[in-house]
Amino acid sequence: MTGTDIDTGNATGRADTVPLLETEGLTVRYHRGRRRPALTAVHGVGLTVGRGETVALVGESGSGKSSVGNAVLGLTPVDSGSIRFDGEDITRADPRRRRALTAQIQAVFQDPYGSLNPVRTIGQSLVEPLLAHRRPDAGAPRDQVAAALERVGLPAGAADRYPAHFSGGQRQRIAIARALIVRPRLIVCDEPTSALDLSIQAQVINLLNRVQRDLGVSYLFITHDLALIRHIAHRVVVLYGGHVMEAGPTEQVCDRPRHPYAQALLAAAPVPDPEEQAVRRSGRPSRGTAGAGAGSAGPAVGCPFAPRCPYAAEPCRRIRPPLESVDGGQLACLRYPEIAEPSAVRGPGSRQPEEIPHADARPLP
Amino acid sequence: MVREAIRWLLSSLVLLFVVTVLTFVLVAMAPGDAAKAILNARSGGYTPQQYQEMRRMLGLDQSLPVQYWHWLDHLLHGSMGTDLFNGQSVTQALGSRIGPSLSVIVATLVVSGLVGVALGIVSALRGGVLGRLVDVVSLGGLAIPNFWLALVLVELFAVRLAAFPATGYTPFGTDPVQWLRGLVLPVLTLSAGAVAFIAKQTRDAMSDVLSQEFVTMLRARGLSTRSVVLKHALRNAAIPVVTLLGLLLVSLLGGTVVVEDIFAIPGLGQQAMTASASHDLPMIEGVAFLFTVVVVVTNLVVDVSYRLLNPKVRAS
Amino acid sequence: MTAIITSPETVQETGPAAPAPGRPWRGLLRQPLGLLSAGYLLLLVVVAAAGTLLTPRDPEADDLAHTLSGPSGAHWLGTDRLGRDVFSRLMVGSRPTLLGVAEAVLVFVVLGVALGMVAGFAGGRTDRLIARLGDLVLAVPGIIALLMVLAVFPDNNAAAMIAFGLISSPSLLRVVRAVTMAVRNELYVKAARLSGLSTPAILRRHILPRLAGPVIVQVSLFAASAVLAETALSFLGLATPETQGPSWGNMVGEAASVISVDPWLLVPTGGMLVVTVLALGLLGDTVHDLTVGRARGSAVRPVRRPRPAVRTAVAVAAADVAAAVADGAPTEQGAAAPLLSVRGLTIAFPSPEGEVTVVRGVGFDVARGECVGIVGESGCGKTVTARSLVGLLPGGGRVVAGSVAFDGRDLADPAGREVARLRGSRIGLISQEPMSGLDPSFRVGSQLAEVVRRHHRLTRRQSRARALELLALVELPDPASVARSHPHELSGGMAQRVSIALALAGEPDLLIADEPTTALDVTVQAEILNLLRSLRVRTGMAVVLVTHDWGVLADLCERAVVMYAGEVVEQAPVSDLYHAPRHPYTLALLAANPHLAAVGQELPAIPGTVPPPSAWPAGCHFQPRCGYATEECGAGAIPLVTVAGGHQARCIHVDRLEAAR
Repeated sequence: MTGTDIDTGNATGRADTVPLLETEGLTVRYHRGRRRPALTAVHGVGLTVGRGETVALVGESGSGKSSVGNAVLGLTPVDSGSIRFDGEDITRADPRRRRALTAQIQAVFQDPYGSLNPVRTIGQSLVEPLLAHRRPDAGAPRDQVAAALERVGLPAGAADRYPAHFSGGQRQRIAIARALIVRPRLIVCDEPTSALDLSIQAQVINLLNRVQRDLGVSYLFITHDLALIRHIAHRVVVLYGGHVMEAGPTEQVCDRPRHPYAQALLAAAPVPDPEEQAVRRSGRPSRGTAGAGAGSAGPAVGCPFAPRCPYAAEPCRRIRPPLESVDGGQLACLRYPEIAEPSAVRGPGSRQPEEIPHADARPLP
Repeated sequence: MVREAIRWLLSSLVLLFVVTVLTFVLVAMAPGDAAKAILNARSGGYTPQQYQEMRRMLGLDQSLPVQYWHWLDHLLHGSMGTDLFNGQSVTQALGSRIGPSLSVIVATLVVSGLVGVALGIVSALRGGVLGRLVDVVSLGGLAIPNFWLALVLVELFAVRLAAFPATGYTPFGTDPVQWLRGLVLPVLTLSAGAVAFIAKQTRDAMSDVLSQEFVTMLRARGLSTRSVVLKHALRNAAIPVVTLLGLLLVSLLGGTVVVEDIFAIPGLGQQAMTASASHDLPMIEGVAFLFTVVVVVTNLVVDVSYRLLNPKVRAS
Repeated sequence: MTAIITSPETVQETGPAAPAPGRPWRGLLRQPLGLLSAGYLLLLVVVAAAGTLLTPRDPEADDLAHTLSGPSGAHWLGTDRLGRDVFSRLMVGSRPTLLGVAEAVLVFVVLGVALGMVAGFAGGRTDRLIARLGDLVLAVPGIIALLMVLAVFPDNNAAAMIAFGLISSPSLLRVVRAVTMAVRNELYVKAARLSGLSTPAILRRHILPRLAGPVIVQVSLFAASAVLAETALSFLGLATPETQGPSWGNMVGEAASVISVDPWLLVPTGGMLVVTVLALGLLGDTVHDLTVGRARGSAVRPVRRPRPAVRTAVAVAAADVAAAVADGAPTEQGAAAPLLSVRGLTIAFPSPEGEVTVVRGVGFDVARGECVGIVGESGCGKTVTARSLVGLLPGGGRVVAGSVAFDGRDLADPAGREVARLRGSRIGLISQEPMSGLDPSFRVGSQLAEVVRRHHRLTRRQSRARALELLALVELPDPASVARSHPHELSGGMAQRVSIALALAGEPDLLIADEPTTALDVTVQAEILNLLRSLRVRTGMAVVLVTHDWGVLADLCERAVVMYAGEVVEQAPVSDLYHAPRHPYTLALLAANPHLAAVGQELPAIPGTVPPPSAWPAGCHFQPRCGYATEECGAGAIPLVTVAGGHQARCIHVDRLEAAR
């Protein structure tokens, strides 16, 4: 398996420097005891994140998106491939180096309730990164904590209270403050808003965008929500079964997805508009293979999406599609030339409803 | 399945080996030995020659590994040696003593299993006063020392009321009614703590299961309370309770020592005590071996029923 | 995955009065029994340490003139067969027992905590090795080990108790290992590691504090059993025999020898033991309740007896409720009576501060075959409302006021008999977590067949066949193999199809779907939504869909009820709701939706957070976060007003909202 790289996107325009984060042929395997075969969660994923840029990793459960994030954070050992941070190979950094790297790479997780120790005050939690990384110029820890809280819109007095006093959205702000306190250059955001309500999600997304504008931090933004990506990411990488299916600028992937999986993902998310949703519904493939969710390991050969793909043909089940550059982005689909239609905004939905075979009429797999 | 069986067999053999070797080493380390004990018992004194002679006769002059090897060799041929004091075969001696001990243990297990589980279920369902009552009973049951309880029971039911025999054991074959009457007080003694233990654990397991989402959903589907509690909830709560019954059985091995001492029941516990006091190595080894086999078999039974009850374990 | 506040625990969590967690010591002060036990044990330690300094009489002084005297002024607990003072002897006799227990506990704690933490934190091979070793030690018959040790060290109490600690330590090891493992996998430990903390710092800051509670519980239980073991050995004459001075165990032995003459001696000796063991047990229970037991809370009890309608804490809200009931819900449902009609539904949950109302004056109708969505954010009360329709409120919640009429029957009666009859047969329920809604121990086919048999007079064979039909109805590709599966063998989507099949087994007229797709992937969600739509067409059943996802609502529902902080704020046909929302909350929420918001600008967020039920503001609940709010909004209860046909909003600024559009 060869690593496949995505063009070095660079939002800040400093194209002369190396990208902040670069993975090449990243492969992550989970060993599940001696008796069961190892599960390959990530297959040769290559991606880059530029300085001050947000790259979204999109996929469903089992797509390997969180494994990529964990590998970058050093929480999961890498099987093969490499991860470079600011030009330095950190794939197999020793624990000492890893601890030093935490001053540069931080994380915000999905669950705002689990990410703070319930028996420690907010101040005690926020001060932890400072214990490991003393920055002589930054002043007393207490002032730094207060400043970090202020940056995320919380009063300095919050430092003396316990997590139980805060709502989910407030806790997520606190988690962001903790990530920011050491002034990292990259933050891995693993579904930071999917446990939050819509109105709170908007607050957190706005906060993340504002922080990026002010501090120039980069985000690797892991999510399953295509609609959200438009509001945060510069570029998008779509994963399925551990493979990159499609990558490119946000507008392109979110508005005109070319890979059948990206199209299906877009079509599956219901929109909050009954009339538009009725149109989209009539167009979405009435049925995938029930049960064979994205979480299943997928076939050993061929395109991982082939078993659920409405366009799959015989070669798709035999040949693993290579990730190729296709105007402005990258795509791994053997059938692309045939399914590329200018009006493919809604994917297969551009066909007339009556052409879609009814669920019960389709042969069961 | 075959792999599991092999693994169980291997770990059982390791355990048996460790226990019997340790027993050998500890007995050898103990001050005094069987030769002295026998000579003292026979004539109240001995000459060094007599002592050496006795040691040679008993095979105590050989090195420890050689002694162990002899014992193991005999064991593989179905013999555990003879009692150093009366020359009775250890296998026979243990065989005659296994009945009384097993009667006490199994009866206690049945009583505490039935009463404990029933009490646990009721208190999990009702809570309130009854729940607190089970709390009190279980705390009390665990707090009362069994040797003390045995004395009180003897004083009350054997001495004052003369309802049950205070001591002794009648084999089931000789007189089933006497057998049962003789068991009442020992079993009552051991059950007090056991019932308390099982009731509390069943209550916790049941409360845990009853608060799970699937119980709400079973009710939402219109199933009767009877089916929800006695079929679905109990089946799931049984998984931890079975493990606890296994633990209880193993701990009852220790309980028999006390109970057999007080009620003068000629069982394995009594044998273990006299043998260890007199350095009777073959007998000690025999008891240790038998107890370990009981533990190993109990663990197997627990493991198998755990697999039968829990489909997730069964699958892997 | 959005957390939906349904349980009072969650409500409390965000409440301002939440106590500082993790300080069991302070909690201990509030538990009289636990405090008493701790005090007694402390006193015992002092007495044992002081030895003869505190005894009223010489414990060894014979007085053959007063043997077995029974309690008296001179001898509070009487004298033994040599006339020695029992009380003094009990005081001195505590020493060998306490010393032995201390030795055993020391070994128990050192081995258990150290090895357990190493095993739990290191994991992998180290963990397996330590676990094996623990299993091996646990399998050694304890009594044999003790007898052997006592054979090597005759009459040596310390040796026996150290051995006892050693052979018992695997049980603590297991507990410590499990807790360490659980904490190691907590997100906050991951975050601490990513903060750059070293392993020793993580152990010290995050893991040790969490171990304190469980370890204290285990130690007090173990100490109780050590007291019993030590005294039993002494009683049997195997350790601390009488020649070594009095001990609790050999004093019981002495009492036994004179039992036929004077049974009294059994009372003080046994009583001392019982009280001590009891104190240790109570201390353990108290710490357990303060650390772990609290989280478990009270179980849902299937047997729920009717309670008299208490109107205490809710009385304040009564006036508001009355107003809400009066304006009720839409009446323009045509001539046909609705299938379900909810009026003035008010639900309260118990809390330490008294009953808290979490849903107030909710009213709506559902016509036959209609799909009505209840939409709102966490804590708005939508799930509680839905669960109350089937009479399955969690954690002691109850309907305090209002009515639920289903096809002419009142389902809100406190005894819940009516609703119990209809559950499963005329009203079905599917829930958010498909997997946890299935009994893990039974095969899918047998669970389904049981429900079928409950609602239809069928033979076993017929009900099995019907179960397969139902699995085919929910479009599972291979019904026979699904029927043979256990729930853990299913994917999330398949499990949700199975729950739908289970809900359909009684052929209900109304299906209550509580966030049926929230836990699923988008593509699987689309399949389940398609299935629900086609089932509606085929069976003609009505659906109440609870959701927080406005897209799901748009996909499936004809009419929607918008809830905010326990109240209905708006209800309308979905098309009207999306294109002409009449409540500022609906308007703001739609604007915050990333599907609809303009790209490249700030997402329009709603400031602040949803207030917990204990802190609802006066008047309009949304008013503190609302851009249209004026002083009148907080003045009093806001009525639900009809703004157009079938469209209602709980807002006094409907006109300004209209003008702003």
